[in-house]
Amino acid sequence: MKTIKIQTENMYLHYGSKMALNNISISIPENKVTALIGPSGCGKSTFLRSLNRMNDLIDSVKIEGNVFIDGINIYDKNIDVVNLRKKVGMVFQKSNPFAKSIFENVAYGPRINGINNKNELTEIVETSLQNAAIWDEVKDRLYDSALGLSGGQQQRLCIARTLAVNPEIILMDEPASALDPISTSKIEELIHELKDKYTIVIVTHNMQQAARVSDYTAFFYIGELIEFDKTKKIYTNPDKKQTEDYITGRFG
Amino acid sequence: MNKIKQIISKLTGLFRKQKAMPGDKIDITHKRFRWSDFIAEKIIKGVAFLSITIIILIFFFVFRESFPIFNFGSKDKPKTEQLTATKNQNNTANQNPQQEQYGVETTAPEKQEQYGAETSEPAKQEQYGVETTEASQQEQYGVETGKDSLMMGENKTPNEATESGSTNASNKQAIKTLITKTWQPVSDNPRYGLLPLLLGTFKITIISLLFAAPLAILAALYTSVFANKRLKEIIKPTIEMLAGIPSVVIGFFALMVMASFLQNLFGYATRLNSFVGGIAMGLAAIPIIYTITEDALTAVPKTYYEASLALGASKWQTAFFVILPAATPGIFAAVLLGIGRVFGETMIALMATGNAAMMGLNPFESVRTLAATIGAEMAEVVFGDTHYNVLFLIGSMLFIFTFIINAIAEFWVKGKLMKKIQGK
Amino acid sequence: MMLQKFYNSVRSKKQNRNNTITELNADGFSTTFQKNSFFEMLKLKTNRYKRDAKGFIFEGITLASALIIVAILIVMLVVIFNGGKSMFTWEFLTTFPKEGMTKGGIFPAIYGTALLVIIMSIAAVPFGTITAIYLTEYARENSFIARSIRFAVRTLAVIPSIIYGLFGLGFFIKYVGTGMDSVFLGGHLKWGQPNILWASLTMALLTLPVVIVSVEEALKTIPRELREASLALGATKWQTIRKVVFPGSISGILTGAILAVSRGAGEVAPILFTGAAYYLATLPGSLSDQFMVLGYHIYIMTTQSANVDQTLPIQFGTTMVLLLLTFSLNIVAIILRYRIRKRRIA
Repeated sequence: MKTIKIQTENMYLHYGSKMALNNISISIPENKVTALIGPSGCGKSTFLRSLNRMNDLIDSVKIEGNVFIDGINIYDKNIDVVNLRKKVGMVFQKSNPFAKSIFENVAYGPRINGINNKNELTEIVETSLQNAAIWDEVKDRLYDSALGLSGGQQQRLCIARTLAVNPEIILMDEPASALDPISTSKIEELIHELKDKYTIVIVTHNMQQAARVSDYTAFFYIGELIEFDKTKKIYTNPDKKQTEDYITGRFG
Repeated sequence: MNKIKQIISKLTGLFRKQKAMPGDKIDITHKRFRWSDFIAEKIIKGVAFLSITIIILIFFFVFRESFPIFNFGSKDKPKTEQLTATKNQNNTANQNPQQEQYGVETTAPEKQEQYGAETSEPAKQEQYGVETTEASQQEQYGVETGKDSLMMGENKTPNEATESGSTNASNKQAIKTLITKTWQPVSDNPRYGLLPLLLGTFKITIISLLFAAPLAILAALYTSVFANKRLKEIIKPTIEMLAGIPSVVIGFFALMVMASFLQNLFGYATRLNSFVGGIAMGLAAIPIIYTITEDALTAVPKTYYEASLALGASKWQTAFFVILPAATPGIFAAVLLGIGRVFGETMIALMATGNAAMMGLNPFESVRTLAATIGAEMAEVVFGDTHYNVLFLIGSMLFIFTFIINAIAEFWVKGKLMKKIQGK
Repeated sequence: MMLQKFYNSVRSKKQNRNNTITELNADGFSTTFQKNSFFEMLKLKTNRYKRDAKGFIFEGITLASALIIVAILIVMLVVIFNGGKSMFTWEFLTTFPKEGMTKGGIFPAIYGTALLVIIMSIAAVPFGTITAIYLTEYARENSFIARSIRFAVRTLAVIPSIIYGLFGLGFFIKYVGTGMDSVFLGGHLKWGQPNILWASLTMALLTLPVVIVSVEEALKTIPRELREASLALGATKWQTIRKVVFPGSISGILTGAILAVSRGAGEVAPILFTGAAYYLATLPGSLSDQFMVLGYHIYIMTTQSANVDQTLPIQFGTTMVLLLLTFSLNIVAIILRYRIRKRRIA
């Protein structure tokens, strides 16, 4: 029996007067990898960003409907957005490490949570880096600038940085889109390992990648959720014609 | 006891830093109040309004000092007479400690009269002289309220004190002379005619614009359209360096070098005149006009340029007939701000224009600008006296003028530019 | 003669270019070329030779304008440095003026200028930085408040410096200063007169826009992704500003401070009657003292000195020192700014 971690009900999102998400209702299960696929501009990244309220930063965005995480409506006016984002971490498309050392990048999250004890920090940093499968590559240069790492390493560092805050959900916005095949496969492996402990929602352009890493797949098209099901089903026997067209490469 | 302990632990818990340990469930259902964020935001928002506050304060205080000149009829004015006398004394007759004491201790009208007679400055004597018709009345008043105002002197703000009543009569006179052709503030019969100053300022502004605007605009056209990248990267910073030269240095250069050079070249009689001053101020205005024009020219969409070239127009035709017209509002703003700069420039005007308030239209005559008048005379003027108020009045005029110029450049011109470029 | 030659060579080059265009005539290019409404609109002759001669002249005019400006600048610098270089000695920089300011150095003026810009920076830099942070981080781009603040900042930047002097006199000296005297000192005159504190604060207002604009420019170069990364990790807005935005804008704050110092060191009008002194035998010891300053020194030496010709070398020397100071500061600021702009592109 799967438990539902994230659930949206009749969710609409507008950029100014332009509708970006139209009546999205979806239930994302816990400790599984859910992939969001669809052609660019279909609203999948927007949807992802609204799960930890990153869209709040954009003035013109208006959201209607309900988004539940663990049964709590995160758009309720009493919600503490800062704590919400600790619970729902995010990895961005472009790796964006701070211009600090590798250690400080990972320690950033714990530090803002008030952990300043050096031993404690070292421990958190080490575990996070290990969990992000990058420890072996950086353990000798923890205090070098994070900007000196390769693109793939930077992205895994960003994942480690997210893990250090100990979230329950990790949102990934095309985490491997700018990486070479080897780095991509490392990230995919990593996602596989992480799903035991975290609920992962990943946006991807790459349908093979979605097929490889995800348990569930949602297909978005022009702001609408067309189909959501087990990945296997979507890829072998989709219900909707549009999904089939997209997966077989007939458009998008 | 237990209850107290509970309350204490609750209270201390409020102030203890909440640590989120790994594995803790994070509570998201209650908005947490974060002191540091709250305070930081309040401070930042408060400080951000500083610039607006400053403008309002400038408005208020510069106008306030010039206001008494229009306020000579006001009834409660004589009250501050006594204080003004004291105040004036502090400034003009500091050398004489006895006099200083006098103002504080005595209120006898004769002595006050005497004080007026004793002041070394002719302007002051003049003021007291003019007053004679009202003098007895005011002195009478002084006797009655002398003590009060003395006690109030402790609490009263100085400005109230300087909204001088002693100068009521001369204010009355002064306001009549504002629109005359003579500026003679320090004389037996002071005249505050602003016309020569205005004329001087306009003369200088026109001369400097005639010099600076074409040079700066054409130079901007060169760097934004014709120059190759390397040349542009040399010329642009160099012209911008001109903006970094203090105006007193430009003034010095104009006074010591340029004035003689131009006199030899053109052979006019007065060495320092509006022509020299205008050119020098032009040097100060060039970087402003240049920079803003350059920005406006580069803001013209590249498609204009490409479309014109694709139609077979040559580079210069494109530059003069397509890019320049498209950027007109921006260039207009640049010239406006250049005018603002010249209009308010003080040090160059003080040093290079000859500083004689003359009415002639001849560009080779000495002139005196509004700003230079403030700069030259404010240091020697008696606080709170008519001359002082008139100088602040000039300041207010300058302020309003530059404010309006900036508002036009900001809103009207910008709106027009946007319209033009976006074609709406 | 030379010009003629140059002109001819350019003309022949332009003609060559024309030939290449006329070759295109075969495929109908030329007809569209001549009938084009664009040219009719501009009422241009199709005589290409004439047009190119014009082009040469017009382009030459713009080039000449740019060169004239650069030449004036160079002449100015050469004349001043030439006149001042003989005075530029250690002794000149470190001694007091002597014999009624006809001999000796300018040490008190340098000291006063340094003090002025230090106090000014202490006041202007934090306020300017915070305002810039508000504009980029808190205010919505097109909100009424942000627009009014921007307008206010730009207005502050164009208000003539003499108005700041008047404001310093009317507000700081006569309102705040005299108020302080009557409240704290029982009317004894201490703060209600021109001094270095009021002069510095007046100058701080003048340089505030410089700081705001520089810092704002630097803050805008910090990528949005970094702010998002920090917020996504559960940092609050203030934590993000303090730990991510602020460290990234330090070079911008520095640029702003340097530009402000350079402006403040050179301005004279605002301190004419808020604190600058003609001559002082001692250095200012407290905030309520008057002070000597380089720019004002130049002004009085050239206009009020008893024997202008005799002190000419001192005047040139002082001007050169002031120019060196403002120029070196400006160059540092330009380099810093260049690096910031490069970061934005990268």
